[in-house]
Amino acid sequence: MSDQAKNPPRDYLKPPMTEVGVLGWLRSNLFNTWYNSLLTVLVALLLWQLAPPFLKWAFFDSAWNTAPEVCYESEGACWSVVSKNINFIIFGFFPDGQQWRPGLSMLLLLGLVFYSRDRNHWRRSLGVYWLIGLSVMGTLMYGGVFGMPVVETAQWSGLPLTFMLSFFGMVAAYPLGVLLALGRRSRMPAIKSLCVIYIELIRGVPLISLLFMSSIMFPLFLPEGVTIDKVLRAQAAIILFTAAYIAEVVRGGLQAMPRGQFEAADALGLTYNQTMRLIILPQALKIVIPPTVGILLSAFKDTSLVVIIALYDVLKTTKVSLSNPKWTGFSTEAYIFLAVLYFICCYAMSSYSRRLEKELHTGH
Amino acid sequence: MDEMTTGATPATESIISIRSMHKWYGDFHVLSDINLEVQSQEKIVICGPSGSGKSTLIRCINRLEEHQRGQIIVDGTELTNDIKNIEKVRAEVGMVFQHFNLFPHLSILDNLTLGPIWVRKTPKKEAEEAAMMYLEKVHIAEQAKKFPGQLSGGQQQRVAIARSLCMNPKVMLFDEPTSALDPEMIKEVLDVMIDLAREGMTMLVVTHEMGFAKSVADRVMFMDYGQIVEQNSPHEFFDNPQHERTRLFLSQIL
Ligand SMILES: Nc1ncnc2c1ncn2[C@@H]1O[C@H](COP(=O)(O)OP(=O)(O)OP(=O)(O)O)[C@@H](O)[C@H]1O
Ligand SMILES: [Mg+2]
Repeated sequence: MSDQAKNPPRDYLKPPMTEVGVLGWLRSNLFNTWYNSLLTVLVALLLWQLAPPFLKWAFFDSAWNTAPEVCYESEGACWSVVSKNINFIIFGFFPDGQQWRPGLSMLLLLGLVFYSRDRNHWRRSLGVYWLIGLSVMGTLMYGGVFGMPVVETAQWSGLPLTFMLSFFGMVAAYPLGVLLALGRRSRMPAIKSLCVIYIELIRGVPLISLLFMSSIMFPLFLPEGVTIDKVLRAQAAIILFTAAYIAEVVRGGLQAMPRGQFEAADALGLTYNQTMRLIILPQALKIVIPPTVGILLSAFKDTSLVVIIALYDVLKTTKVSLSNPKWTGFSTEAYIFLAVLYFICCYAMSSYSRRLEKELHTGH
Repeated sequence: MDEMTTGATPATESIISIRSMHKWYGDFHVLSDINLEVQSQEKIVICGPSGSGKSTLIRCINRLEEHQRGQIIVDGTELTNDIKNIEKVRAEVGMVFQHFNLFPHLSILDNLTLGPIWVRKTPKKEAEEAAMMYLEKVHIAEQAKKFPGQLSGGQQQRVAIARSLCMNPKVMLFDEPTSALDPEMIKEVLDVMIDLAREGMTMLVVTHEMGFAKSVADRVMFMDYGQIVEQNSPHEFFDNPQHERTRLFLSQIL
């Protein structure tokens, strides 16, 4: 190769101008066929029509941190509905003066998630950090020690509640789903049929009805005097629901594994558990990263359904803020804010999953 | 070593003994009345037409397939439904597959150390040293950090052989180890197998490489329709086949 480069046996010409550079890019991406050219022109026109008024509304004419009265006067967006209510939107009914506690918990959670992104950190110590982190978060939220007054879970609301329901929903549902998938492929008929029944039952009902059952029907079956925390019940419903979907996706990954992998593992004398843990699951779970992330994303967004059992997640606290007569007219702005919030979280997850896929790719 | 006194040798001397073994796939009687004694250090080449049951036979020896009648005893352990016995036999018997079956998500080195670390409980460092030694032996030590997907077929098959050797097996089974390879890679794999034979490994090799059979086999076995039709020393087998079917088969492949 290098010999050729030094001493070319023939002349190498530059590609024609229309193939490279800005012009080349435009040509091959936007104007390569007549209908693509037409679409490009239409989209450009549409942008020309829509973008300036939107920018004017959202930025140039907007009010950012004002009293609602100022907003009535102005033409632009009233972002004040978010900034003036931000405490309630984020922390909901968590008592005033104590809101640093959920704030700190969320920071801790984000910090741990951020730290865990790096695969080099996936060691035993990471589990220890998480255990410590989660107990600190629990203590911060509930209180009762170090002079922090107790805050019952009924008052946990807003963003911390959303984060909690979705984070534990995903983290607990994933391993449960994997176990269910393995169970569904088990040779033992009892285990197999239990898993099939579970998966099909759960997938046959909407999450809303599961939440209803957990909050209304489930307590009826408990003996007198025994109560299980409402947030916990909602959490359980979300976990059980998500796990069933994960199980089916993982089963697909298991089925995609070539038989030779099982045979090679068997031939080495590995036990069933070792084969699954060391050979099959690492490959199968990698194959199903894209659909798994899809499920985790919808689980994250579906946590907002807990409003129907009177839990106040971040969507509900926003709604409550809007029900204040002073702010009623500005729901568009508030919902845009929420959309951006959800989008940031979802986008972070999906781009991380793509990075993970790339890192785990070993050229086969 | 060349005496073929079937049945007369006491079972304790054979490392593998198969007695009146039958196997069915559903209704299909794929192996019928198989009797085979393999002595330690013996090299046996198995050949026969496609579908004659060669793969099935050697896969029964490490219980990748289950037999329904008769006995298979490997190194003193009889193969039954007892999973502990099966795992014990599998740890002593190495197998090389037609399609290599390396673990694509693990580096070459990790492919090699997996068995020793998890099955033999060898300390990691020791397992890695041994693995490097075997990679050296199959002339591929410089690829230790790569992944299987980055190697050629011949290199992958040599890694697969090294992976089996890392378990210090008493017996090695080969199921058409070169038939998925391009012609120029076949030799590099056969050379490794010939070295292994010289060192005294007990080997059962399903292959159509008759050159290999002639140079290393102690015994060549011909199978057809799920039966062992004929077995003999390579010299006798190729120059003086006893059965019509063997002659027909040899005329087709030589
Ligand atoms: N899992 C299975 N279920 C049913 N029949 C099978 C199965 N595996 C193999 N067979 C059949 O058993 C017979 C023997 O198969 P086997 O793979 O042992 O043949 P072989 O001698 O190794 O052939 P080849 O040279 O093509 O590899 C074939 O007729 C095959 O169709
Ligand atoms: Mg075969």
